[in-house]
Amino acid sequence: MTTTAPLLNVAGLCIEFRTGDAVVRANADVSFTLTAGRTLGVVGESGSGKSVLCRSLLGLIPSPPGFVTAGSVRFEGGELLGLDEAGLRRVRGTAIAMIFQNPMSGLNPVWPVGDQISEGLRVHRGLASRDARARAVALMQQVGIPSPEKRYDEYPHQWSGGMLQRAMIAMAMACEPRLLLADEPTTALDATIQDQILALLVELQERTGMAMILVSHDMAVIAETSDEVAVMYAGRIVELASTAAVFRAPRHPYTLGLLGSIPRNTGDTRLRPIPGQPPNLVELGPGCSFADRCVFTSAECRVTPAALRPVGPAHLSACLFPERMTAASA
Amino acid sequence: MTAAVRAELARWPASLKVGSASFALIVLTGLFAPWLTAYDPYTQDLANFLQPPSWQHPFGTDQVGRDVFTRVLYGIRIDLQIGFLTTYVPMSYGLLLGALAGYLGGWFDTVLMRLLDVAVAFPFLVLIIVIIAILGPGVHTIYIAVFILAWTMYARLARSEMLVERGKDYVLAARTLGYPTSRVIFRHAMPNVINSSIVFSMADFVLNILLVSGLSFLGLGVEAPLPEWGAMIAEGRDFIFDAWWIATLPGLAIVLTGVSLSLIGDGLAHRLGQRQRSFL
Repeated sequence: MTTTAPLLNVAGLCIEFRTGDAVVRANADVSFTLTAGRTLGVVGESGSGKSVLCRSLLGLIPSPPGFVTAGSVRFEGGELLGLDEAGLRRVRGTAIAMIFQNPMSGLNPVWPVGDQISEGLRVHRGLASRDARARAVALMQQVGIPSPEKRYDEYPHQWSGGMLQRAMIAMAMACEPRLLLADEPTTALDATIQDQILALLVELQERTGMAMILVSHDMAVIAETSDEVAVMYAGRIVELASTAAVFRAPRHPYTLGLLGSIPRNTGDTRLRPIPGQPPNLVELGPGCSFADRCVFTSAECRVTPAALRPVGPAHLSACLFPERMTAASA
Repeated sequence: MTAAVRAELARWPASLKVGSASFALIVLTGLFAPWLTAYDPYTQDLANFLQPPSWQHPFGTDQVGRDVFTRVLYGIRIDLQIGFLTTYVPMSYGLLLGALAGYLGGWFDTVLMRLLDVAVAFPFLVLIIVIIAILGPGVHTIYIAVFILAWTMYARLARSEMLVERGKDYVLAARTLGYPTSRVIFRHAMPNVINSSIVFSMADFVLNILLVSGLSFLGLGVEAPLPEWGAMIAEGRDFIFDAWWIATLPGLAIVLTGVSLSLIGDGLAHRLGQRQRSFL
């Protein structure tokens, strides 16, 4: 395998949830690639399919009701979709790890925090508990937990949310995964702690060379950490490009709307929210699913399927008329 | 370590302290019964039958002259053993089956729940009588009947708790870290599932002692010379107006044991609930 080969290649991923006779397309034709050492930011509103995407990479979609109906997920050249439980266990924790939104509930209340950090080393690496403890203490040091030797034996309820998120990160990093999935890692934390956690993730990434998928609904978080951005709407990636390109020249009206919703401290301080609500994923029409909320919409948008296509160098957008935005911003 | 023990004790509610102290006293009394009395629970003394309580016989003597105090003390051994086995043997596999059903779901859950429905609907006394008809009366009969039927409550508790725990982030986290399913169930989810069963087991312990005492009273339980409290009450029933002590004092022993265990159960519910609340 050469160094330029992508670490992760997701192609045409479709995931459905079937409840009764309703079918929800939580992910529709999702495709992207990720190279080692890079960060992909996945941004979108609640229910846009961000978390489903993350979980599907680790085979954590409960089935039924969830079904992967099409697509492929290749990690280091091997297919992840369709792996059995044993095959998935070989990937989970050691090759791909994941951290969650709420650190308060992500650790088991009945075991000491340190034990939970060293557990992966004992299970996957077969380390003796003394060696695993030493390694876990070093990890705790790395993620910025003060006096780790002493705090190793403390329980989760004795820790603050920010410290627990650091512990979660240490747990995920224990077996040196090549890909870290961070599902809204800072949403449950204070603004100041958010920055520290993001800085920590970037620092760990630089040190270990792992790739990262960072899911967030916060454009500011994405701007700080990601090399590339995938904007998701109603289960589809509607824009995919480098972070600089997305922030400088968004080519999808939804991205434009998200950027307009970032609180700023200068000049025009009024927020411009995106009007309307995300569509019901059960009742999607044939056309662009953003058409009803779009300021540039026209009759054609409601009938023509909007597929992701190149609109510039390494810049993909699912908008049928991306030139309308350049006209508007000019 | 002693500091940790002291800190834990400081968090115990009064009911837990009182309950465990008196239960410990009962257990110790049972253990040291031979040193606490000069009599034998089976030796008859026909010259001294139906003696009222005195310094010689603090609880009096029964219709064949056996010392009631001695029999009550030895009864601790029998009744606690019965209570322990009839509670914790079914609890062990009830918990296991319920937790597995809750976590795994699917056909295992369906089959177990139907089995459970049958066990719940089955009349206990009918089963006991059937087993007695086959094996004859005795403690073993009760054990077999209880082992067949008494796991259902624990299975149900464990299953419903597991359904809640299964969806929590720490279980998902354990799965994303690639731990084997057995480890996720037993090391991660199980300790969070057993609290309600432990609390319930205290009440169950009392109820089981009462159940066996009741069956012995009816003549379906332990056999005659054994100093089981319920059997002693049954024997003393004939003399209740002339020699109240024969039936009343073993009855008081049951009440005392029951109250201690209820206090422990109450205190544990408080203490374990508190621990969970302080985390949330």
